[in-house]
Amino acid sequence: MSNPASASLPVTDGLLVVVKDDCETCHLTIPVLEELIRGEETLAVVSQDRADFPPGMEVVHDLELDISWKLSVETTPTIYRIHNGEVVDQQEGWLRSGWERVAAVIDLGVGLPDQRPGCGSDTMLPQIYQRLMRRHSPHRLSSRRVELGSSEDPMEAAFARGWTDGLPVTPPTEERVAGMLQGTALSPDEVVCVLPPDLAECTVEKVAINAVMAGCLPEYLPVVIAAVRAAATSRFNIHGISATTYFTGPVLVVNGPVRRRIGMNSGINALGQGNRANMTIGRAVNLVVRNVGGARPGGVDRAALGSPGKLSFCFPEDEEGSPWESLSVERGFSAGDSTVTLFAGHGPIEIVDQRSRTPESLAKTFAWQLRMLGHPKIVGLSDAIVVVSPEHARVFREAAWSKARLRQEIFSVLTLPSEQLVAGADGVAEGLPPHVAAGKPVIPKFAPDGLWFVHAGGDAGMFSAIISGWIGGAASSQMITMAIDG
Amino acid sequence: MSALLDPTSERATQTRSLSPRIPDLTTGTVALLDISKPRGDVFIKRLDELFSQRGVSVRHYRKPTFSKPAPLDLRQRIAAECTAVVEALAD
Repeated sequence: MSNPASASLPVTDGLLVVVKDDCETCHLTIPVLEELIRGEETLAVVSQDRADFPPGMEVVHDLELDISWKLSVETTPTIYRIHNGEVVDQQEGWLRSGWERVAAVIDLGVGLPDQRPGCGSDTMLPQIYQRLMRRHSPHRLSSRRVELGSSEDPMEAAFARGWTDGLPVTPPTEERVAGMLQGTALSPDEVVCVLPPDLAECTVEKVAINAVMAGCLPEYLPVVIAAVRAAATSRFNIHGISATTYFTGPVLVVNGPVRRRIGMNSGINALGQGNRANMTIGRAVNLVVRNVGGARPGGVDRAALGSPGKLSFCFPEDEEGSPWESLSVERGFSAGDSTVTLFAGHGPIEIVDQRSRTPESLAKTFAWQLRMLGHPKIVGLSDAIVVVSPEHARVFREAAWSKARLRQEIFSVLTLPSEQLVAGADGVAEGLPPHVAAGKPVIPKFAPDGLWFVHAGGDAGMFSAIISGWIGGAASSQMITMAIDG
Repeated sequence: MSALLDPTSERATQTRSLSPRIPDLTTGTVALLDISKPRGDVFIKRLDELFSQRGVSVRHYRKPTFSKPAPLDLRQRIAAECTAVVEALAD
């Protein structure tokens, strides 16, 4: 293999044509090449696929395609004018006028049609493109190479080494990881964070490897990186979230222009399956926490039951259809900012109300269902996100209720008499210890900053959803909103 | 032969041997660490009684929250003041 760094153009001043045998248009232009060779200018003919094409002509065989890569050839044939080692003009395919312009000659290819489209350059074939990208990447990937046996299935190898969440992963080959890294301007060796519970340094490269395994496209990578950065903050407390016997895992809410740019789904089945970005971004974050952070079920992860969302729970807000400011705006960002918000949660838990047409009635429905989070007698424990569907949001829009108004109404219903909440009340042992309830006639279910609203879902269905939290507040886990770079 | 890139932190597992058993608890102090889980105090109180009956001196400690690792200064204080520690994990 030649050293790609040494790949230089075979001509410094003159003409260069890239051709290949497997291209009818290239065959068509052979007489033109012969004309140009007879001319006064230096001409280099670079052949992508055969050393003996065109026959009888002196050609440079671009065996490793390094010259084609350097020229960013997309089409064969392409004629270039090179001056001082740089391309100053070019024409793709066969177009007589274009070739005459580049070659500065007239009456080229008499008898040929005026134009004929070219063929795709071999450098554009997906597998070759990936290989070349890796060869020419300025970055060297530093992760350990795990050599597989000749008869070892890479997917099975990932299972055998304990890298997966129980579903198959895309094998993280060097080509795929190099491709993933095209999604960020960050250097692979840049440290994104120090990730609990193992307090391991998590580099951009490690995030990219896990993003490949999760099935992400490169354009999702900045979202994954921002989410991993948020997960590692002490306020989010991924160590506690991983270790708890509770159901919880990281829930990701994506806001801003990035949602549309990468094709996320905030509509029908927004919290469910079927959209690659939704599913794989959340999965990638959990794989990073597992593989880099070291939180594995049965190890640090001690969940009694867990929840399916610990595989992936990620969705964007439907900002365009919302009656309210978005979650990220509420969290202090501008509407034009792309952000990802992490919440320690699980769910969804359904809210069914197909009859309420007034905001007062619907708010009370929300409140009643929110009361049962954890336990109807447990208060002040969990935060919650209510994912308000379009048909429920319509009721609040028509009544011009703000988020603050809705929150206030719910809080007023859920400021509960402590005599109902105390341990033992109504014959149920669970509840507030008497010393906590003492002297407080009423106690709120939620902390003042413990209830959030996000708009998402399909147009039909008078259902909303609660994403129930873990333990809110500074002592445990707080919602984190992080800007997405790039 | 193909190769995959290691998605883990590539840390080798560190093996630590168990500390030697303490032959006589009455010569030192046992830390009773309440991690702030509900009813942890019930467990700790009973342990205190049982240790005291056997002439073992105890000291009480409490994590600020069970949902985060014990702060470093608490861990250092326990290590400096005690020879053994019992942590009440259960609800």
